[in-house]
Amino acid sequence: MSTKGRIIGVVSNLVTIEVDGPVSQNEICYIILDKVRLKAEVIKIQASRVFAQVFESTRGLKTGTDVEFTERLLEVTLGPGLLSKKYDGLQSDLEAMSGVFLQRGEQTEAFSFEAKWEFNPLMEKGVRVQAGDWLGEVKENWISHKIMVPFSLPGVWEVVSVCAKGKYTVNEIIAVLKNAQGQRQEVTMVQYWPVKIPIRAYAHKPVAFKLLQTGVRLIDTINPIVEGGTGFIPGPFGCGKTVLQHIIAANAQVDMVIICACGERANEVVEIFKEYPELDDPFTGRKLMERTIIICNTSNMPVAAREASVYTAMTIAEYYRQMGLKILLLADSTSRWAQALREMSNRMEELPGPDAFPMDLPAVVANFYSRAGLVELSNEQTGSITFIGTVSPAGGNMKEPVTESTKKVARCFYALSQKRADGKRYPSIDTIESYSKYLEYKEVQEYLEENMEPHWVEKVVYIKDVLLRGKEAYDQINILGDDSVPVSYHERYWKSELVDFCFLQQDAFDDIDKATPIDRQKYMIDIIYRICKTDFKFEAFSEVVLYFKRLIHLLRQMNYSQFQQEEFKKYEDELQSVVTERKVS
Amino acid sequence: MTPQTPAFTTVYTKIEQITKATCSLRAQGISNEEMALIDGRPAQVVKMQGDLVTLQVFSGTQGIGTDVDVVFLGEPPMLKVGPDLSGRFLNAYGRPIDGGPELEGKKVEIGGPSVNPVRRQQPSELISTGIAGIDLNNTLVTGQKIPFFADPDQPFNQVMANVALRAGADRIILGGMGLSNDDYLYYRRIFEDAGVLEKITCFINTNDDPPVERLLVPDMSLAAAEYFACEKKEKVLVLLTDMTLFCDALSIVSNRMDQIPSKDSMPGALYSDLAKIYEKAVQFKEGSITIIAVTTLSGGDITHAIPDNTGYITEGQLFLRRNTDIAKVIVDPFRSLSRLKQLVIGKRTREDHPQVMNAGVRLYADAAYAKTKQENGFDLSDYDERTLRFGLEYGRELLAIDVNVDIEAMLDTAWKLFSKHFKKEELGIKEELIKKYWQENGTDSVQ
Repeated sequence: MSTKGRIIGVVSNLVTIEVDGPVSQNEICYIILDKVRLKAEVIKIQASRVFAQVFESTRGLKTGTDVEFTERLLEVTLGPGLLSKKYDGLQSDLEAMSGVFLQRGEQTEAFSFEAKWEFNPLMEKGVRVQAGDWLGEVKENWISHKIMVPFSLPGVWEVVSVCAKGKYTVNEIIAVLKNAQGQRQEVTMVQYWPVKIPIRAYAHKPVAFKLLQTGVRLIDTINPIVEGGTGFIPGPFGCGKTVLQHIIAANAQVDMVIICACGERANEVVEIFKEYPELDDPFTGRKLMERTIIICNTSNMPVAAREASVYTAMTIAEYYRQMGLKILLLADSTSRWAQALREMSNRMEELPGPDAFPMDLPAVVANFYSRAGLVELSNEQTGSITFIGTVSPAGGNMKEPVTESTKKVARCFYALSQKRADGKRYPSIDTIESYSKYLEYKEVQEYLEENMEPHWVEKVVYIKDVLLRGKEAYDQINILGDDSVPVSYHERYWKSELVDFCFLQQDAFDDIDKATPIDRQKYMIDIIYRICKTDFKFEAFSEVVLYFKRLIHLLRQMNYSQFQQEEFKKYEDELQSVVTERKVS
Repeated sequence: MTPQTPAFTTVYTKIEQITKATCSLRAQGISNEEMALIDGRPAQVVKMQGDLVTLQVFSGTQGIGTDVDVVFLGEPPMLKVGPDLSGRFLNAYGRPIDGGPELEGKKVEIGGPSVNPVRRQQPSELISTGIAGIDLNNTLVTGQKIPFFADPDQPFNQVMANVALRAGADRIILGGMGLSNDDYLYYRRIFEDAGVLEKITCFINTNDDPPVERLLVPDMSLAAAEYFACEKKEKVLVLLTDMTLFCDALSIVSNRMDQIPSKDSMPGALYSDLAKIYEKAVQFKEGSITIIAVTTLSGGDITHAIPDNTGYITEGQLFLRRNTDIAKVIVDPFRSLSRLKQLVIGKRTREDHPQVMNAGVRLYADAAYAKTKQENGFDLSDYDERTLRFGLEYGRELLAIDVNVDIEAMLDTAWKLFSKHFKKEELGIKEELIKKYWQENGTDSVQ
């Protein structure tokens, strides 16, 4: 008999329940309000009084209303059919819902339990297996979706039988296992997993080292992120966080992308819904929607489900990672999730930490980021989750708790600058503030030297120095005036402007310039590197501006042209002749 | 002025606690967020603990005795929607203040459920306002939500009224919060003069009304908007002014409920509270809700919690600023942004629109930089001089809020100014566009 209870108090979406039996922390319960069942999660227990956060609006709730407990934590349903779906924060399929408006209490299946999948066994009778091992596979879109030994099974098991090749629904038994104690376990294509517990069915977690191409020059070349890496993008509103994330989502070289729209604008998700079925994956030519799953809890959807949405997204990412896939997980914005925690902590009348956020915020954030990473599975295949979250710092203040907590754990920091955004210099990542810790990793350096070119890292560091020196020169020019500084200061400043205009800035709305493949980045940075290394001859500072504007103009035209095509080469030739004009030989 | 008392209900007469904004009493079978009348004053259930029910009294609790009649109405705040809403001026409870009859129509609850994101359409219909600072640099689209950020002395109500009248909406709904009586009369007169009374509905809370009442205004306005957009398939424009006063009312309530304030004494749930309102903006297959709001700033500070949270929710902001060089109010091109403009510019407008817009703003930034140099007493280069001249003309002919021309003319004006003050390679525009639109006659004044 499961525990039952009745509501004795309501404040906004926090309810107090008097219970008649045992309950556990974070257990899911349902409030039976007329014909609808409202899902809620236990967040605090005081003897027979239980506090629960309701994932829906509590309007109309009365004291005395019945509550049923489920003895389960908040779980996701895992199995073939997840790909290309659009879910709410609790993994209800939004497409399957009726009506234009979201009806309270409406839940839909995560995927079809009737569809038949072509199953192909990968294991034979008698083989010894453990949690996460691949028993078979089905084709989901183009992904070879592995049917795995349930992650919840402890120890070693022996395969008693596996179904033959054929078509099965997800609920049919496709394998039977037994363990040394003689316990038998039937396996279907579906498994359930509590979202707040990481899936750990892998051998170990090595250092991530392989460059992950995103098509954004400022990231790939200047501050690279790796497969299995973590990064975050803080920035005031209007600096292009979401546009940047969308560019990365559309152009990253990964097997799958999971986008978690967490407490942000609905129209931004609509943009993905409308465009992804049309846009091509630059690496495979398939439609982007085929490799994408969207979890969306927009800002007007229930606040408590906002927190759940990031965990739902992470758990689905971990599930696919177990199949040896490269996953990119994007969450926009983790600040909204932190605010959801704050709202709840406030209603529970907990003592507040900085800016009224809960005291354990840094720990919660750290825990979440640590679920990303590169893993080696027991069959020596690797899978990875690269996680990039955005942060929306209140008032653009980078010292606020969410930014600070995230900075401690994320390895790449892409700070968006209001000043750059005001000057329409997009992407507005501030190169001087931002960093990628991966550039300092020996494993990453070796990979880059081998796969890009020898001395690649030195070149990148040189370009960063050009930017820094340019900024210093600019400050001097501003303090002392144009003609009170040596002409070389102007040259230094304009070299940094050239890097900025021709390499850092990228036009997200131009078909060619929006994403740059890594070999094109390499080609362009080489040209720019050589210009920066060149000494030019100038008589007066006014010549510097005009001359560099010409160089910038030509390099930008190159960025807008098809790589290595006639037009591109025409501009390149012109550029070389302009360079020779003032080159000191 | 107040909702009617239904027949056959229990009347409670023993209030246990009274604070400045709330009353608590013991009652049975009460629903969360239900409305009640306390001595005839509207109130709403905000908290229940056992049989102790706490109600927020919208007009404040002055003079309420512990023995007054309390009647629960059994439903959350409702609005009667129907064709009757046309041309009406109503208060925060949806009751007439224009001397007209009570509303007739279907009762709907306000602040109802959200639209399923997969049922939304992508906004794609341009709203043209004639103001170049908006149409050229920050183009608006139906289904968008965008506020004016302005100091209280800026003419935001006038600009908003202009936008509303030129936008070609089927329906205009005005939610006035803490409006001064003068502003209320201004809107009334402007709608009358334009002869559009039949397509407007106004929910007005003036600054003589209790501040907490204004919390109902956005939800009332949007419930009416949903009726017209969803059922009548109309293109609805909702004007909300002033959202800063709405937020102030939120902080009063949260303070009296003993909640821990977060930044700038605002409640921690400010973001969610505002998002629930602004996210009602939507594009359906037919019909749309566009929200244009006003958020007044204090000394232009956009880092304050109210504009800051607003900016994270809305799809851009329009920033009004007085430009003393040209003695006009302009739409600031640096701080303003319309996030949805990408959906229409260069697609619904001429192909050169995106690049002309960016080049214009960039050159205007150069002008601002040159001006700083000039003010600090540095010598100006020839380029600086040219940007300064460009800046003045760009401000006067394009940024000023009194400009009223179509988008094609704005683009032509921009090319005229580019050609007059700059060389082709100084624009950073794609060459094929320069070839097509450069106005050769302008170049003689260069150098």
